[in-house]
Amino acid sequence: MQTFSSNFLNWDVVQTYLPDLLAGMWVTISLAAIILFCGLLGGTGLALVRMARLRLLNAVIIVFVDVVRALPPLMLMVVAYFGLPYLGVRLTGFAVACIVLASVLAAFTEELLWAGLSTVSVGQYEAARSTGLTFLQMMGSVVLPQAFRLIQAPLASRIIATTKNTALASVVAVPELLSQANTAQGYSGNASPLTAASLGYLVILLPMVVAARRLERARGAI
Amino acid sequence: MNDFAANFFNLQILARVWPLLLTGLTTTVLLSIVIVPAGLTIGMLVALLHSFRSYGLRWAMIIYVDLFRAYPPLVLLIYVYYGLPFFGIDTDAFWSVVLALVLNTSAYFAEVFRAGIEGIPSGQVQAARATGLGGLQTMRYVVLPQAIRNMLPDLLSNGLESVKLTSLASVVTLPELLRAARLAQGNTVNATPLIAASLMYLAFLWPLVRLTTRLERRTLSAR
Repeated sequence: MQTFSSNFLNWDVVQTYLPDLLAGMWVTISLAAIILFCGLLGGTGLALVRMARLRLLNAVIIVFVDVVRALPPLMLMVVAYFGLPYLGVRLTGFAVACIVLASVLAAFTEELLWAGLSTVSVGQYEAARSTGLTFLQMMGSVVLPQAFRLIQAPLASRIIATTKNTALASVVAVPELLSQANTAQGYSGNASPLTAASLGYLVILLPMVVAARRLERARGAI
Repeated sequence: MNDFAANFFNLQILARVWPLLLTGLTTTVLLSIVIVPAGLTIGMLVALLHSFRSYGLRWAMIIYVDLFRAYPPLVLLIYVYYGLPFFGIDTDAFWSVVLALVLNTSAYFAEVFRAGIEGIPSGQVQAARATGLGGLQTMRYVVLPQAIRNMLPDLLSNGLESVKLTSLASVVTLPELLRAARLAQGNTVNATPLIAASLMYLAFLWPLVRLTTRLERRTLSAR
């Protein structure tokens, strides 16, 4: 028991590396904020473009969405980080993490939203248009709110999964929370920094998970 | 353009690293066929805990599920892999990956099973009981057959996610497909192995993605 607490819950070790860990947590939070913003916006944009039903464009979107959903995000990040330099394109780890994870979220959002949009009844579209709303007004104030309502539960779990995936950025040398904890664990030969990082992740993610559960409950009640 | 082909679609390089990639693919498949059934089984057991009318069991189940939904699997894996040796437990990379991913994925499966079982109207259960079926018989002949049909898209997409998660094993130096591709890329100073590995993942997982999309759409429009 003694060895457990000195190896896993050693406050002295955590304290030494606390500034690094906090810096890592900040990187994780900013990474997540950028990715969530770009991914959700991108996914909504793709779904709207798909509404135009241009055959070639839709084929491109479908292939993009499928490929990004089929490949492990870590594989995509490794290809972008270690593969692109052969083309003379050298991106930072931070940029790679943002682009890859935002694309993955965009793909899932597009897929969900497209399904949601097809479920909103045609009468809603027709009524909105016949009252004189433009296409964008109709989408913005009538159709999208209903579609998002339909998909809120799966979308919430996708947002959580994306936030968890920011830990993958440690593989492409982004000094986020996991990476900092790993380095500290290596230097100190003690697992306590990993315990601290775990707590850090739970602080960020548990509120999101609890909120998602509330959403599911609310939907179940209807 | 020639440069591009030589660096990304180089058949000579591919021939050289092919055996290494195949070994990696085998490990990925092996990991998947251990992790997915184990995750399904444990997930179902955890969900059954929830159907007992005990407050304590119900909360234990919710905490298990929420904890692992909130905890990034990569952090869990690293914690297991670097943490267990401090207990004097010799950790093999393969079993660390299995342990971490089964914990993670079983929580997701448990949630799917729970939602599926709860989605069956209570009238069904009452009717089954009134005709004289026992508790287990009710589960087996009335609740589960209906629930599984509703759960199919979610079960499938969770299975897909767990197969994708096996790529995390590369971080603890287990030579599965992604790690094998990285090693091959390092040895040959060429990006072809990375492209080849991506295509292998696609060949296996794209059909699953298509199937999930179709099943999901059917459920949503039935709602």
